[in-house]
Amino acid sequence: MKETVIKTDQLSKRFGSFIAVDAISFEVQKGEIFGFLGANGAGKTTAMRMLCGLSVPSSGTAAIAGFDIYKKTEEIKRNIGYMSQKFSLYEDLTVLENISFFAGIYGLSNSAIKEKSEALITRLGLQKEVKKLVGELPLGWKQKLSFSVAVLHEPKIVFLDEPTGGVDPVTRRQFWDLIYEASEKGITVFVTTHYMDEAEYCDRISIMVDGRISALDSPSALKTQFKAATMDEVFYELARGAKRGD
Amino acid sequence: MRTIRFLLQKEFRQIFRNRAILLLIGVMPVMQLLILPLAANYEVKNINLSVVDHDHSGFSQKLISKVTSSGYFKLSGYSASFKEELMAIESDRSDLILEIPQGFERGLIREDQQQLFIAVNAINGVKANLGGAYLTSIIRDFNEEIRMEMVPSYRFNEAPVIEITSSNWYNPLMEYQFYMVPGILAILVTMIGGFLSALNIVKEKEFGTIEQINVTPIKKHHFILGKLIPFWILGNVVFSLGLLVAWLVYHIVPAGSLLVLYGFSSVYLLAILGFGLLISTFCDTQQQAMFIMFFFMMVFILMGGLFTSIDSMPEWAKLLSAFNPVSYLIEVMRMVILKGSGWKDILPQLGIIALFAVVLNTYAIINYKKTN
Repeated sequence: MKETVIKTDQLSKRFGSFIAVDAISFEVQKGEIFGFLGANGAGKTTAMRMLCGLSVPSSGTAAIAGFDIYKKTEEIKRNIGYMSQKFSLYEDLTVLENISFFAGIYGLSNSAIKEKSEALITRLGLQKEVKKLVGELPLGWKQKLSFSVAVLHEPKIVFLDEPTGGVDPVTRRQFWDLIYEASEKGITVFVTTHYMDEAEYCDRISIMVDGRISALDSPSALKTQFKAATMDEVFYELARGAKRGD
Repeated sequence: MRTIRFLLQKEFRQIFRNRAILLLIGVMPVMQLLILPLAANYEVKNINLSVVDHDHSGFSQKLISKVTSSGYFKLSGYSASFKEELMAIESDRSDLILEIPQGFERGLIREDQQQLFIAVNAINGVKANLGGAYLTSIIRDFNEEIRMEMVPSYRFNEAPVIEITSSNWYNPLMEYQFYMVPGILAILVTMIGGFLSALNIVKEKEFGTIEQINVTPIKKHHFILGKLIPFWILGNVVFSLGLLVAWLVYHIVPAGSLLVLYGFSSVYLLAILGFGLLISTFCDTQQQAMFIMFFFMMVFILMGGLFTSIDSMPEWAKLLSAFNPVSYLIEVMRMVILKGSGWKDILPQLGIIALFAVVLNTYAIINYKKTN
């Protein structure tokens, strides 16, 4: 049975006369890995911030994990994880301190915190770095750590905003392993990226152009639709018509 | 409650890892309390005095030596030309000119009266005022002395003289340190509390860590409390350090009860921290927060009654100082430490500061937006 965890209808965000997100409507099913693509400035981050309850939409409706995006932002927050484009764990706290702080804020019990942080550290192979300040870790590890912290409380949906930006191919591969693991546990993954090989890993992708969703389907269906051999070509085909850039 | 515990743990870990903050809390109050009260002295000493002596008589010499031996004046010039000494004032080498006219001694003896001329450099108002007053009083003294010498006592008994003796209550020896130290401590507590809290939330905004907080189901008042409590504790630590220095170095023991003092400072800290947090919620960068806090601090401190008495300010300024939390703390500190005031005496101030605390913190919670 399909369960819809994200449902938006004509969702828009305006900043003055600028329409950052222009009436987007789509649905995401439980357990899906949903790729959210688009050129810089297409409105991806703004859309994602609205879905996370960090930004109030100008119009349209949306329900995240069944909760209304206007009225139930706090319930939404309990059911989602979020990893922003900019690294946002505390650099002056250690790996372990960051984990237990966020776990505590999400209301995990002490025994759960202990158990989960041990599992997380073993999974990431960070045993030797537990007492290190997060600021001292290399970027790849920071990204993996912040993803793991974002799914620590087992949210229904995790939002990832360009999680692999500036990370080497090996680490990116490892990062996607983490995403698959989360997806297998039933966590819906909503991810933005600029890497077309990563787009291929997604179950379905949407491509945003100038604040609108121009295409939405599985990677293979999109390639057929645009008579393209690769996702790269599909993206070029759509993004070429974009009027705004960065 | 559990959320707050996690927030406090995090906040304290960050504070104890930040050496600059630890130095600010530990060393700054001690150093400033050691240095400032000694330097910020209301007494004016070392006034540069130029003497233009046209008389060169025994009396003029006697007057000059009396003036210089008072300890307040430094003889910076001695000549027979007023013009020359005026140059000294113009080039800031001199603050005061005392001109002794020709025939000063002769005139005094023959005509029973003489006029002296004092010219004051009023650029430095305090120095000029006090210098002029000191000099006048020394000359008056000198006058009495020569009258005693020259005139048989029965003659000047005719002129009735009202002599004034005064005794200074609550600070009998007029030790200005007794007056300054509590005030400086009040300002220290205000500055440290105000700046630390003003910079804190905005720092999380700058580093982007606030995003990660805002996406959690954390309650706004929990978050603000998690910021307020650590700084409240630090503020009390600074306050205690200050009282300790005041006691060890200046031997200032509060005449009133410590409980009253801490009771007031605790509520006061809530108010000033709330103010800092409010600024923090308004700003996007630490630089903005710093400048805004600096603006308010200048006004708070200069109009807080430490350096100039609020009672002598114009009406509009008095009205403004009613909205200045620092003025209440300085007032209460002096009341409790010097006068020994109790709960009943400080109740009006305590009430007003409590109101400040409630309003500012509520406003900070409302203005902190998890969603924008």
